[in-house]
Amino acid sequence: MRFMLLFSRQGKLRLQKWYTAAAERDRKKMVRELMQVVLARKPKMCSFLEWRDLKIVYKRYASLYFCCAVEEQDNELVTLEVIHRFVELLDKYFGSVCELDIIFNFEKAYFILDEFLMGGEIQDTSKKSVLKAIEQADLLQEVAMIQSVVLSLGQ
Amino acid sequence: MALKMVKGSIDRIFDKNLQDLVRGVRSHREDEAKYISSCIDEIKQELKQDNIAVKANAVCKLTYLQMLGYDISWAAFNIVEVMSSSKFTYKRIGYLAASQCFHDGTDVIMLTTNQIRKDLSSPNQYDTGVALTGLSCFVTPDLARDLANDIMTLMSHTKPYIRKKAVLIMYKVFLKYPESLRPAFPRLKEKLDDPDPGVQSAAVNVICELARRNPRNYLSLAPLFFKLMTSSTNNWVLIKIIKLFGALTPLEPRLGKKLIEPLTNLIHSTSAMSLLYECVNTVIADCCVCVKTDTCPRPPQLCVQKLRILIEDSDQNLKYLGLLAMSKILKTHPKSVQSHKDLVLQCLDDKDESIRLRALDLLYGMVSKKNLMEIVKKLMVHVDKAEGTTYRDELLTKIIDICSQSNYQYITNFEWYISILVELTRLEGTRHGHLIASQMLDVAVRVKAIRGFAVVQMATLLDNTTLLAGSGQHKSICEVLYAAAWICGEFSEHLEDPVHTLEAMLRPKVATLPGHIQAIYIQNAAKLFAAVLNGQQGTPDCQTMQESSQLLIDRLPLFVQSADLEVQERASCILQLVKFIQKLQHKEVEVGEEVTALFAGELNPVAPKAQKKVPVPDGLDLDAWINEPPSESESEDEKPVAVFAEEELRHARPHHTEVDEKELARRREARKQEQANNPFYIKASPTSQKDSTGVEHIPVVQIDLSVPLKVPGMSTSDKYLKLEEERRQRERKERGKKEKKKKKKREKRSGMGRRHDSGPESEEDIAPAHMVDIVTEEMPENALSSDDDEKDPNDPYRALDVDLDKPLADSEKLPVRAHRPTNILKSPADDGEVQEVPKEPKKKSKKEKRDKEEERKVRLLWLRCPNGEIQCTCTKSSKHKKKKQKKDKEKEEKKRKKQHGHSGDREGEESVQNGTLEEEPLPVCDIQGNLQNGSQVVVSIIFENKSTSFLKSMEFNVLDSLNSKLQRPEGSGPHDGLTVPFQLPPGVSNEARFIFSVQSIVMPQRLKGTLTFIVKADDSSTHEKLDFKLHFTCSSYLITTPCYSDTFAKLLESADLKGTSVRLQEVSLPFHHLLAKICFHHHFSVVERIDSCASLYSRSIQGHHVCLLVKYAHQTVTIDAKCDESSLLGNVLEEIKKTFSQS
Repeated sequence: MRFMLLFSRQGKLRLQKWYTAAAERDRKKMVRELMQVVLARKPKMCSFLEWRDLKIVYKRYASLYFCCAVEEQDNELVTLEVIHRFVELLDKYFGSVCELDIIFNFEKAYFILDEFLMGGEIQDTSKKSVLKAIEQADLLQEVAMIQSVVLSLGQ
Repeated sequence: MALKMVKGSIDRIFDKNLQDLVRGVRSHREDEAKYISSCIDEIKQELKQDNIAVKANAVCKLTYLQMLGYDISWAAFNIVEVMSSSKFTYKRIGYLAASQCFHDGTDVIMLTTNQIRKDLSSPNQYDTGVALTGLSCFVTPDLARDLANDIMTLMSHTKPYIRKKAVLIMYKVFLKYPESLRPAFPRLKEKLDDPDPGVQSAAVNVICELARRNPRNYLSLAPLFFKLMTSSTNNWVLIKIIKLFGALTPLEPRLGKKLIEPLTNLIHSTSAMSLLYECVNTVIADCCVCVKTDTCPRPPQLCVQKLRILIEDSDQNLKYLGLLAMSKILKTHPKSVQSHKDLVLQCLDDKDESIRLRALDLLYGMVSKKNLMEIVKKLMVHVDKAEGTTYRDELLTKIIDICSQSNYQYITNFEWYISILVELTRLEGTRHGHLIASQMLDVAVRVKAIRGFAVVQMATLLDNTTLLAGSGQHKSICEVLYAAAWICGEFSEHLEDPVHTLEAMLRPKVATLPGHIQAIYIQNAAKLFAAVLNGQQGTPDCQTMQESSQLLIDRLPLFVQSADLEVQERASCILQLVKFIQKLQHKEVEVGEEVTALFAGELNPVAPKAQKKVPVPDGLDLDAWINEPPSESESEDEKPVAVFAEEELRHARPHHTEVDEKELARRREARKQEQANNPFYIKASPTSQKDSTGVEHIPVVQIDLSVPLKVPGMSTSDKYLKLEEERRQRERKERGKKEKKKKKKREKRSGMGRRHDSGPESEEDIAPAHMVDIVTEEMPENALSSDDDEKDPNDPYRALDVDLDKPLADSEKLPVRAHRPTNILKSPADDGEVQEVPKEPKKKSKKEKRDKEEERKVRLLWLRCPNGEIQCTCTKSSKHKKKKQKKDKEKEEKKRKKQHGHSGDREGEESVQNGTLEEEPLPVCDIQGNLQNGSQVVVSIIFENKSTSFLKSMEFNVLDSLNSKLQRPEGSGPHDGLTVPFQLPPGVSNEARFIFSVQSIVMPQRLKGTLTFIVKADDSSTHEKLDFKLHFTCSSYLITTPCYSDTFAKLLESADLKGTSVRLQEVSLPFHHLLAKICFHHHFSVVERIDSCASLYSRSIQGHHVCLLVKYAHQTVTIDAKCDESSLLGNVLEEIKKTFSQS
């Protein structure tokens, strides 16, 4: 997978993850172009399109478009499943996720994505183990947080 | 709940947390940029504070802003600061920010190497995980090289969570640093058997990705993957494996056959569409291979059936993919797809445009001589119905593509094709007028038999100019007239009524066409005129001739006034010509022939490659200068001028941009005034302006176009379709009659009634309507043979194309600890070798002669143990082969040194002795642990047989010293050799390990040894012996161990360490190179570095601490060292000294 984008129906970027290094300018240009192409598609159309030398797989969940760019030989249906799995993970983590959850907790969404995919490849196919890893890392974070609060209160 | 409260109280510490920022951005929709710039100012203040929590909060906010499209590269250093926080909470944010905004060009990445290494070896698995995740996004070639070894170690981590991530990130490392692939591959392969399914699937993922790019090197893994495929139940993994096989089968057709069965089973059994789709795709790919080798077991009937189900599915996605896969089958098995034509045509009606386009692609490959007309007819119906010009244009190009493919192979009736093209000209607003035009020209020029028909059609088109030129604002379609005019002019002998066409071409309305078309009109009007004159030659009535001359004289002046230069020039030229002819006509001079001679000769099509294929004549040098190149001095003279001009431009540019709307309007007004007062300026005539505005007020009558416009006198393709059908039927009947006659004869003769198969006619049966000779394109005489394809040299995956089955050479080891990249290239050993090389050629010739008689070379290479500590190589040859041997080895070593550059301890003996020394290989190579076992050293050796004879009964023996002993099996004497547990056929290499026990490590060791072996030639066998030396340096007893500065400080404070110092003079290396060199050759790690001063740490296998303080000033390096074992320290310093004295 080359990159993954999440954007709203209004064309606002909500999440972006690039698995190949690209200059900031090119990225912006690609994001803009791709959003236009995807948003222009009608709801009845299929989820795949060819764009530049890549295959774009996208799916709309409520007001959010999840959009992945994969290479020529990649399996489109698997990519769709990856998107769906990611949505499920977000859903499990936030509890019936909505766009606002992702806007306000965007770093969490990134952490989940990072536990699920790495370098564009699926890291763990089991939902459970991904969520477990996230929970434990969060726990670690919160323990540290309490410590720092205790410290700051002590001062 | 409690946590939330705690969190809330923390948030209050900051001015504004992330949530506030997000809320703020959302409520400042109108002046977002302004709000954000104020936020960024605030963030800049926060970053200046010392509190890491505040900093992390700021970085987190920046990450959000980065997503909104704001540049945050200025904060890269702050991100690194947050990354290096010891608290996981902040580290996590730092790495996230880094992974979002770092890229190859970010310079602070260089600073992160040590931090990342520290995090990778952190006892907390989430620290390691977060570092790996971040690294996977921003790994650079430098990072990949420096950290490859650390990541490789993590592949054997105890926690599957880390193993999985380490395996996955290796792929990125391979891409950035291809040299790491071979050394890391064995371990990667091991991970295919990992007990944890996540790790296993990660390994499958990585190997599949690698294999897809360079399948050849992974063929040997096929059996392993075959086993995995039949045993795995994880669909994600299965898909990857199947994809891998898809890449392998083209190289090994036998594999394809073997795969068919399990794949077929999967296709039948699976309920997962993605898996089904992958299987079908792979089977298709297999069949492609089979077709090439003529071993196809059976056509992929099953696949086609399954695809049909997909296409018939209501899910648009499946439909789309079904069509996509179908088009792949089409390439190899067109017949089995063609039976589903109905389905494909049905898809043309789909609501989804992308599905329709896919179906069109399929149609392209489905046509045959038999069904072309029918398919095109269907498409024409779609053209009429299609809404939206883009799709209609797509249809139009597809129709033309389908018809013209492989040199009009499927067209049996060109009259039909011309009429299709003519029908297509009815399309309003198409962008492809030029495409239709070029098809018309192509067909008319190349198919001689069709010219008569084409000319008549084109004449009709010309007659309807008004229709074409008047329609729509898209002028593209009038390109067709360009073709029409040219065809009518060029092949005017076929015209029924040339005078009429001539008149049509000179109508005043023509002047509204684009210039290049008008030019063609005029030129071809002249051709027509010549034809008229020629046709009327000899007839007593010369009225027609005079009439046409008059016509030209009347009409051409309009074009003489044309604004287009080309039109003007041609018109005035021809006008004068006609005037002259008219004069001659009045004198009743016959001019027909002379005028025709102006346009004599037939134009033939020229192949597009023709120019390239013209051979360069002998003696012509295309690269040679024809005139002397301009002298240097001239260009120098010009330079200052250019610089000046450029500078001026630069100054001028901002002025232009500053001009705002008002200013522009003011200037425009001024210009108008000026123009009005200028008597020489030709103003736009007020009348024409009125006209143009008036046009909008003319009511436009909507013409009902539900019935396709029938242009009177214009052919419709349907007519020809019908005619063709009839013709074919007639032919079939005739053939049938003949067959019957034959059959009757045969029946009579044999007396047996055989049923005649009257199935659908096959391709070959359809004869073209008229003998169509497609004139092939002209090529120059003695054209060159076809040019070769060139491979893309920029393929990023090319570097990963390495043989993975070859045993690992020493040279390929991953750098264990390199601080900076560049210094490694220039190691002391390298220099030594370079000097030695020139001696070689002399010896070579002598040696080669001898080599022919008998070639026996054994190479010993010390190989690294799992923990990656390597020191030197040892190579030795049988006596009379010594020199060649040496050279080989040197080559080998040179390669290796590029990465490792070790062996500062080389000596002048013939056989270069290198030794390696390792700790006992631990199941998990955790360098920090188990140092008690430091009395053992494992030496791995690769034996490579470079001779042409078979080597066996190898025995390895070392003369033990008091301190170091080769560990021999119990019961054997202290001087017995160890049998090497394998034999070596020619050209084969293998690895053996020997364990040494070392008592004291404070002194360098040198052990002498011999290798004896039997060389088995065809008829005889001889005993041979090789001497070698092993050199264990003190540095090789050291292990790179990371150390934190606080621990380091404590160590120095403690009184146990004894100090000494050393001074190195005239060291001209940059400081960081120097450090890297020490780290690399002597296994130190940098604890802290401030300017040109750094502290380094290392630890011996027996747990001695070695601390260095390196200062660098005026080419002098002072090293203050402390260690709890002074002789060890002395020796290490001695070795460091040697390293630098040699450089």
